[in-house]
Amino acid sequence: MRFGVLRFPGTCDEVDAQLACERVGEAVILWHGDRDLQGVDAVVVPGGFSYGDYLRVGAIARFAPIMESVIAFAREGGPVLGICNGFQVLCEAGLLPGALLPNKTLRFVCRQVDLVVERADTVFTNACAEGERLSIPAKHTTGCWYAPPALHEQVEANGQVLLRYAPGESFNGSLADVAGVRNEAGNVFGLMPHPEHAVDPLTGSTDGLKLFQSIANSVAAHV
Amino acid sequence: MSRRVRVLVRPKAGILDPQGQAVERALPALGFDGVANVHVGRLIELDVEDPSRVGEMCEKLLANPLIEDYEIVDAAPAHGG
Repeated sequence: MRFGVLRFPGTCDEVDAQLACERVGEAVILWHGDRDLQGVDAVVVPGGFSYGDYLRVGAIARFAPIMESVIAFAREGGPVLGICNGFQVLCEAGLLPGALLPNKTLRFVCRQVDLVVERADTVFTNACAEGERLSIPAKHTTGCWYAPPALHEQVEANGQVLLRYAPGESFNGSLADVAGVRNEAGNVFGLMPHPEHAVDPLTGSTDGLKLFQSIANSVAAHV
Repeated sequence: MSRRVRVLVRPKAGILDPQGQAVERALPALGFDGVANVHVGRLIELDVEDPSRVGEMCEKLLANPLIEDYEIVDAAPAHGG
């Protein structure tokens, strides 16, 4: 299978994302100004500071030419993973519920966090076990997931929360400790922590690889 | 002729506003007592030919209606407009 990893001006984690994808398949970088997804099987919207985070995080990237194609790809059921800034972009694009607010402390935080897998029957978590803890680094200033009460209730009722910060691990103030949430259809998922930075024993944890492996498993099952 | 328009964007009521809270805490420390309900938002100024379209601009780009309220203020005719 082949992943497409987006690159906007200001993206900085696309190479790590590409290397993570290459552990389970092939991966190409897709430039924000292009429209061609080159027939990829899954799209990763990586972390960074697309368009300098101007106006609001993710607000400008949402209108990039490549995003028109990503939105169409997602509407057709293609798997799309948003990491950190990618999560913010997908929320702004209306592909994922809610929005990311500044951390409650207003500080940039970079540290390893423990996440709890809420569901393991999904495109993005099928290589995990339900209730399993994943150790993955997080590094952001604007990662406090928020949804208005009615939307939050709906997201929980639909089982759209796939990852939560383990008790005591959330530093950003996210509602209900939400670390990662998917869309209702189940093919678009975003999270603030960085699974692409946790794929090699050299850096301490390979738990992040399970999310990429899950996508590969899912694509293989549908081919 | 274009109009000068100001768009005031602020966090919706009830949304965590750590910037507002930080400012609210800082003021008494400087001797400014009696300040409450501080919120920090954005001011966007623009010259537009058709001010009736600014609401749509806010909904689509200038604000995120899920988390922010916006207010459109018609400022004055733009310089050289």
